[in-house]
Amino acid sequence: MREATALHSPRSTELSEGPHPSTEARLAALVGGAALITIAARDRSWRGVGLALAGAPLVWRGATGSWPVHRTATEHTAEAAVPAPITASLTIGRPRQELYDFWRQLENLPQFMRHLDSVTKLDDRRSHWVGKSPVGRIEWDAEIINEREGYSLSWASLPGSRIHNAGTVSFEDDPAGRGTVVRVEMEASPGNSLGRAVGRVLSSVTERQVHEDLRRFKNLMEAGEIPTTDGQSAGRRSALNLHNPF
Amino acid sequence: MRAVCWNGKNDIRVETVPDPQILNSRDAIVKVTSTAICGSDLHLYNGFIPTMKKGDILGHEFMGEVVEVGPGVGNLKIGDRIAVPFTIACGKCWFCAQELYSLCDNSNPNAWMAEKAYGYSTSGLFGYSHLTGGYAGGQAEYVRVPYADVGGFKIENDSLSDEQVLFLTDIFPTGYMAAENCNIQPGDTVAVWGCGPVAQFAIQSAWMLGAGRVIAIDRFPERLLLAQTWGRAEVIDYEQVDSVVDTLRELTGGRGPDACIDAVGLEAHGTTVDALYDRAKQTVRLETDRPHALRQAFQACRKGGTISIPGVYGGLIDKLNLGSAFQKGLTLKMGQTHVHKYMRPLLDRIEKGEIDPSRVITHRLTLDEAPAGYKTFCDKEDNCIKIVMKPHFDGNGHSHRHMEGERDHRHDSGKGQASGFGEH
Repeated sequence: MREATALHSPRSTELSEGPHPSTEARLAALVGGAALITIAARDRSWRGVGLALAGAPLVWRGATGSWPVHRTATEHTAEAAVPAPITASLTIGRPRQELYDFWRQLENLPQFMRHLDSVTKLDDRRSHWVGKSPVGRIEWDAEIINEREGYSLSWASLPGSRIHNAGTVSFEDDPAGRGTVVRVEMEASPGNSLGRAVGRVLSSVTERQVHEDLRRFKNLMEAGEIPTTDGQSAGRRSALNLHNPF
Repeated sequence: MRAVCWNGKNDIRVETVPDPQILNSRDAIVKVTSTAICGSDLHLYNGFIPTMKKGDILGHEFMGEVVEVGPGVGNLKIGDRIAVPFTIACGKCWFCAQELYSLCDNSNPNAWMAEKAYGYSTSGLFGYSHLTGGYAGGQAEYVRVPYADVGGFKIENDSLSDEQVLFLTDIFPTGYMAAENCNIQPGDTVAVWGCGPVAQFAIQSAWMLGAGRVIAIDRFPERLLLAQTWGRAEVIDYEQVDSVVDTLRELTGGRGPDACIDAVGLEAHGTTVDALYDRAKQTVRLETDRPHALRQAFQACRKGGTISIPGVYGGLIDKLNLGSAFQKGLTLKMGQTHVHKYMRPLLDRIEKGEIDPSRVITHRLTLDEAPAGYKTFCDKEDNCIKIVMKPHFDGNGHSHRHMEGERDHRHDSGKGQASGFGEH
């Protein structure tokens, strides 16, 4: 039943980049990595440690043009340059059609996808997306490229976008009657030039993001709200909280 | 408002902090009329629970009066008197539907952190580290209650005092679930490690569920005495016997207790070599928990018996004889209490006069006395068994504030203090 073919479109192969990044890409990696480490330095918590760890390889990449890991031969092949899709799944205790309908209204996505500011419908298939990233606001247009009403939905950013964003979400009835199994497969390969490098910055945390977005979707659909402590009382001078960084 | 804040190991301070606000539609704000210090708060006090942050408001046993409700709370109104379970549950997920409220899927905003530690996240808890959500607790004048439509348990019988119903929020259900987990058959012998408040309720509950004998183990005379008098238990002072396991064998005619309850948890004390070993390893963080009581329970339990663990464990333990549990075919039952499930039936028992939970209270304090209270409770000084605090009363039994217009007043004070709150 799963229709994940859209993820492996030829476009993503064309966009893949060889082992040696352009100057632009290196600069972006350097800036992105430095930004993460700067944020980390201000945030003396587990989150800060995570950000610093995420930022360090980027700085290395920016400075040296290669990742700080030993590169294997297969990574030089065209196939290896297509990043593996990021997948996440959760069982949500609501009817399949209800979940599908909520997701199909793409304007709803920012309610649970924390890194989206807004999605605006352009026509029945095309939409304009505005996202947040560590290096600022990113905008792109996307279209629905495959749809099976009530069961699955695939989307991809339009050619020429600074960000390449494509994914499939599928909804299956849980065999034990415990609701609906929702699976997300996201491709997070970068777009052109600077966007491509920014994409790399984004993709370094995306797997966790997708998982957390799906959890927030579950929270929202089951409990009607997403749990939070942001803004609660505490006896400390700064409002800094050890909240979910994803 | 005033609130009891954690500032580090053995560092509890009463601070002025901003008043809580409604953050989600199913929230309510409760004016806390009574709140207690729990034995598990001492694990925080002693620095054994990770992911605490300076300034975190403590407290997960509290009740009070609803002063504000979010638009998603249809079944509570301002003025309602409610008791609030320490476990935070959405009431809508599969686990809540199974009445496994402490395993709620949706109430922990830091589920990612709990997944790293435990594989899957359990429910949020009030005032109990960021691993379980980092929710501000109820040792304060006011508290925000998420999913209040599910967690706000109305106490409509005004003839019951706060002290009689307060422990429905944690220790009475926790003791009861511990006994229920023992699968007690008529006439069974139940041994209980620890005679603290949870153990006292486990003892009471074991009788309710048909136990034939209850044997309680501790070292503090006042606690053993309460188990003996109120709990009608036979007692063992473990400092007065060579071996608890041998003593239990003697007492049970060579058979061993049918069920063993570990109501001690991760900070067990002991006089034997393994207890000293645990103390040393825990000090240098090679082991997070000290399972001395649990080891004895494993060894003492009869073949085919049940181990029930209401005592809190947070992480790794060492030198636990799993072989003894395996070879003897023991059943292990444990976990945070599904408090919501037990509030109604246990309130019924209180109303019928079957039990007066206030019997465990030894100390009544104001909120400002909390730091001294934690120390007294931790050091088991002054025959301390259970401390209850009244956040809105001073030491003379007078309310700090007038009831009328209080809500407006506290909003004003919250704004005025927003920039100046913090450490003393």
